[in-house]
Amino acid sequence: MIKFLFDTDTWQEIFSSIRKNKVRTGITIIGVMWGIFLLVVLLGAAKGIENNFNRLFGDFATNSVFVWAQQTSKPFKGFQEGKAITLKMSDLESIKKEIPGLEFVVPRHQSQALTVNKFKTGMFGVFGDYPEFDKVQKRNLVYGRFINNNDIIEKKKVCVIEEEIYKQLFEKDEFPIGQYIKIDGINYNVVGMYKEGQIGGGGPRGNIHIPFTTFQQVYNRGDSVGWMMITGQPGFDIIQIEADVKLLLKNLHKVHPEDERAFGSFNLGDLFKKIMEFLIGMQFLTWFVGIATLIAGVFAIGNILLITVKERTKEIGIRRALGAKPWEIKRQIILESVFLTSIAGALGIIFGGLVLMLVDAKFGKGEERFLTNPTVDIPVILIAALTLVFLGTLIGLIPAHTAVSIRPIEALREE
Amino acid sequence: MIKIEKLHKSYPIGKGALHVLKGLDLHIKEGEFVSIMGSSGSGKSTLLNIVGLLDGHDTGNYYLNGQLIENLDEKKAAILRNKFLGFVFQSFNLINYKSALENVALPLYYQGIGRKERNKIALQYLDKVGLKDRAEHLPNELSGGEKQRVAIARALVTNPKVVLADEPTGALDSTTTHSVMELLKEINREGMTVFVITHEEDVASETDRIVRLKDGVIISDEKVNKKVII
Repeated sequence: MIKFLFDTDTWQEIFSSIRKNKVRTGITIIGVMWGIFLLVVLLGAAKGIENNFNRLFGDFATNSVFVWAQQTSKPFKGFQEGKAITLKMSDLESIKKEIPGLEFVVPRHQSQALTVNKFKTGMFGVFGDYPEFDKVQKRNLVYGRFINNNDIIEKKKVCVIEEEIYKQLFEKDEFPIGQYIKIDGINYNVVGMYKEGQIGGGGPRGNIHIPFTTFQQVYNRGDSVGWMMITGQPGFDIIQIEADVKLLLKNLHKVHPEDERAFGSFNLGDLFKKIMEFLIGMQFLTWFVGIATLIAGVFAIGNILLITVKERTKEIGIRRALGAKPWEIKRQIILESVFLTSIAGALGIIFGGLVLMLVDAKFGKGEERFLTNPTVDIPVILIAALTLVFLGTLIGLIPAHTAVSIRPIEALREE
Repeated sequence: MIKIEKLHKSYPIGKGALHVLKGLDLHIKEGEFVSIMGSSGSGKSTLLNIVGLLDGHDTGNYYLNGQLIENLDEKKAAILRNKFLGFVFQSFNLINYKSALENVALPLYYQGIGRKERNKIALQYLDKVGLKDRAEHLPNELSGGEKQRVAIARALVTNPKVVLADEPTGALDSTTTHSVMELLKEINREGMTVFVITHEEDVASETDRIVRLKDGVIISDEKVNKKVII
């Protein structure tokens, strides 16, 4: 068999057979090529979107939910509707204690503040944060550090700024760490600078982070909490956690259990899950379309070989009269089928790769890109290629069988 | 070499059957030069196909080289054909995209002989039929007589026991017919059994033994007195 594969005659015969049907063979090859091309490009694009999504949301813990307090919409236990609710630090303790499967419960405060550095000013979002915030929403620090426990305990006047704020408040090439900036009239020492991914905290680009306790004191917020970010441990359903947290809060704040407006929330985990499901669906569709096109293409190859075999009936008869065993005729045709599908597959993979490179060059660069690294894994390519060879062999069996099913005497009579 | 006893063959036609060979007895010894004569429909082609293992028979016995032929599958038949038989066809049946040399070498390919070796052997046989200088030509670059010579070289290349020729001169004019028959005679003189099927008296008269077939039975079987060639 090995000798057969490396025999010049074997290949000479395949090429002469292809040469006889150049156009038809070409078109058929394009059919299979198109199938694997689609598979590669679509899988690559899906991967690119997924990568991009991970890039944008990579800073977030994706199984997280944001919860804040609003006003009640139902009277309950003697309170009129429209009662304003404020979250308290004690709520957080209760949530941590009562609800299973939580990873972090991080309180935050938020405000807008006029910020001044020498002669430069700007309005920026100021956040009061705990060190844990860095774990829930990763701050990619360029210089310095994020807020630490010591800052919280001592209510230090320190801040961490985003690169955009640095650009607006500092001279070019000025080193921000150790400098003081004035936020709402109070001096803060800059201890860190980070660079934000594309999707930030939801507000305008660029934020200032100060210790949570400092924020409470400076802005006179007492024991209150602006809003909180809750992340679930892996394996715990974030939607269930959201419902549990809200029910507990309603209980603590004497709110009607069916009051839907008392607490607002944004479930990032749920959103993320839906997008992931969409991506998986897209990949499934890609496989389905790709494989279906491949099968159609391979059938076309089987068809063309069937035609070739019909046209070569007499030649096959001659060969058999000269002593070709049925298997020797069969393997030739099967090899032809495998050869054609392999060539088509290789071309499809190469073209698919080139198109992905082009797409990457055109759409995969810059901040506004919607694709990141559109690639297809090598194992996926191998699986596709193997499937192709397998299908090629399978489909080659049909014309191969036809070729030897005609008895040599009848084949010889054919004109 | 070839021994046939009470050979019957019929083909199904619609509901009935066409009885083509009706109990033939024929014995061809090694080194004979035999022709089978008969008009079309006499069963001569059917006989050749059975002798050539391209078709099976219904009843009777067929011994090729002393071996009883029965229950042949395609693979065994292919091996026996390759080993014992060489075919020459009326329409030459050369493979048109292969050169003369490759055509001659083809039976050796199916014996699993390496490329160099089989091309060497094929060239010897092309030389023998006088077409060494045409080795690289494709069949459509050769004349009818030359094609048939290539076909004869191909039939001989495996050094078979019997050469079966089915109307070998049917597509040739009288001069080339003569030269092809001369070639067959020469092969026969070297000891090869040659079995020719024809409907031409001229061709039959060049052989040593003429068997006449009519409606599936042998009506005569005579040795021809050869002219002495000086």
